[in-house]
Amino acid sequence: MDSSQLLGITTFTFLFASFLYIGTLVFKAKKLGSLATGFTVIALLILTVGLGLRWVESYQMGIGHAPLTNMYESVVFFAWTIIIFYLGIEWKFQTKTIGAFAVPIAFLAMAYASFAPINRGINPLVPALQSNWLLAHVITCFVGYAAFAIAAALGIMYLCKKSFSKGNDTGKSKEILPSLNVLEDITHKSIIFGFIWLSAGIITGAIWANSAWGTYWSWDPKETWSLITWFVYAFTLHARYTRGIKGKTIAWLSLVGFIAVIFTYYGVNFLLSGLHSYGSN
Amino acid sequence: MQNNNSVWQFFASVKLALVTLFLITITSIIGTIIPQKESFEWYVSQYGPKTAQLFAVLDIPDMYNSWWFISLLFLLGFNLVICSIDRFPAVWRQITADGLQYTAERIKKMSTSKLWESSDPPSAAAQKMTQRLNKRGWKTAIKTIDDGTLIFSQKGNWTRAGVYMVHSSILVIFLGAIIGSLGGFKGSVSIPETMERDRVALYDTREIVELGFTVRCNSFAIDFYPNGMPKEYTSSLTILENGQELFTQEIEVNSPLKHKGITFYQSSYEAYQDFVITITNKTTGNQKTFISPFQKQTEWAEEGIRFGIINAKALGQSIVSSKIWFSKEDDTPITQWLDDNTTTRLDGTGQDYQVSVKQMYATGLQVAKDPGVWWVYIGCGLMLFGLYVAFFMSHRRIWLLVSNTEKGSEIIVTGSANKNRPGFEHVFDNLASELEQAS
Repeated sequence: MDSSQLLGITTFTFLFASFLYIGTLVFKAKKLGSLATGFTVIALLILTVGLGLRWVESYQMGIGHAPLTNMYESVVFFAWTIIIFYLGIEWKFQTKTIGAFAVPIAFLAMAYASFAPINRGINPLVPALQSNWLLAHVITCFVGYAAFAIAAALGIMYLCKKSFSKGNDTGKSKEILPSLNVLEDITHKSIIFGFIWLSAGIITGAIWANSAWGTYWSWDPKETWSLITWFVYAFTLHARYTRGIKGKTIAWLSLVGFIAVIFTYYGVNFLLSGLHSYGSN
Repeated sequence: MQNNNSVWQFFASVKLALVTLFLITITSIIGTIIPQKESFEWYVSQYGPKTAQLFAVLDIPDMYNSWWFISLLFLLGFNLVICSIDRFPAVWRQITADGLQYTAERIKKMSTSKLWESSDPPSAAAQKMTQRLNKRGWKTAIKTIDDGTLIFSQKGNWTRAGVYMVHSSILVIFLGAIIGSLGGFKGSVSIPETMERDRVALYDTREIVELGFTVRCNSFAIDFYPNGMPKEYTSSLTILENGQELFTQEIEVNSPLKHKGITFYQSSYEAYQDFVITITNKTTGNQKTFISPFQKQTEWAEEGIRFGIINAKALGQSIVSSKIWFSKEDDTPITQWLDDNTTTRLDGTGQDYQVSVKQMYATGLQVAKDPGVWWVYIGCGLMLFGLYVAFFMSHRRIWLLVSNTEKGSEIIVTGSANKNRPGFEHVFDNLASELEQAS
């Protein structure tokens, strides 16, 4: 069994888990919820083994490197970090309903990785990528991205709940989704967490750029967009902390922020040009 | 320094920060969609003459260095400074506040509290409580009041400054960037093997800058993957000052050389159609290195040798082996295929000659001087530390009021935290139970 087969199994397990979570949400069946978590954990374990195996396979091919170097590998890693972060939230806040919104994101990421017309092979690294900073930079960025993905999922849940329960406090949504306060609280915490990791991601990128190219910041589209993303969340944190802006605005901001994340991650590689066009392989 | 001056209030406002952040964000997007640093003609060809003219006037081709963008950054920095000066004194007062000034009434009104009775007289009870608190890392301060004893302890009062650390770090990073742009430069230089250079060409202005010392490229080596992609390339560089060799270092991508504040980064290379040929006479120990263009004769007069590369086999742009023509004095000339960069003994010559033929390269170096880079790094470190302190650490305070009663003493313990109250409630409950058990 090789890594790509394991990754394929993971994709479908995430899809199955997504259905279980949605089922838990709609039918309020606690047993389905436990099953959903179980399958998600199993999928995560298989995914972890798959990533590790791919790492080993690269060494067997004589071009050993961490599985983080092209669009395919990074999307798979993105799915991995989303699930880890989601499971952390599920455990800490004891609520499975978020799974119905978060796990599908991980499934979509894996599906994109498996079916999009991108290079899925294990490729050798150009000299610029042969650095320990690769691990630090990619990992910190993706942990940040994952937290922002969860915040966006929570933002959607908040807006759904807000619009379904307009004036109607005892609507269905009251029981299905967690309370608005809880949603806002977890969103806020996810954004803070993501913000710190994104800051570390931008900083490690700058230090790496300086050791490889002699300049820590060159307003390259990728760098600029990561900063734009950072500004959006900095704006959100300040709006929330200091002006007491309502939860609905925060929910929308978490979506805007995630759009910036997607553009930074994906849009820049495919729609713009520059130093970071690794993803277009 | 609370100033009711409306100008001050404007610059100290969070509203200004939000507006400035918004403007910086939106304008930054422009520079990612409209390619930067192209020629005027290029913009004319892409956008038409009128738009290109508009771009030129607004400085769009180099917008991140434009006067208006720099002004926005400066405005943000100024806003941060005024905000901090405006708000920090109040925070400092909270950091240095004396918890013993709290009155008994105020303490009794606090929501997070626990109350119990002890058979000990107040002084003994107070002592037990202090010991227990100290054991748990809470430094205590005591004050005798009307009817008993007040004990106050706190942790992490300095963490209230977390936000100011984050904001200062941004200013430090700005400072580093300014120092770098004023006192630094970025350029490039291409040095063919065996040659040396003492000046570089700057990127932006194409101006030539003298280094103040000389860099010699001794050799360049490149390795390829089976599919032809470059795998690794390294250069051996020597630094010379006034003709004296200071040191030699091997550099590769991600591993630069530094000297006198100037850093040399391995960034590219160029393959030539010349060869670096090293000939060693093993009998006499004589050795010399030559640069020999393809199919041109070269002479080593001392040894009476004439030679040249007459043919070569290449994989793409890189030579795999080359055919040398070699003639010593009046001996019959010989030809031999030699693998690239491999010392081989020549067959058919009278004496023992070893030859190494290597394709000649020029190493492409990026050269940078940035006296501000360490300020930027310090700012980054401070930012990460400040973010952690601001969001994950809090100022926690515990008060104990030990009052005299008939049967001994009544003990009230209360606490507060400025952040993460649920987490603090948890810590407080455990601590209060422990204190109750100890009394």
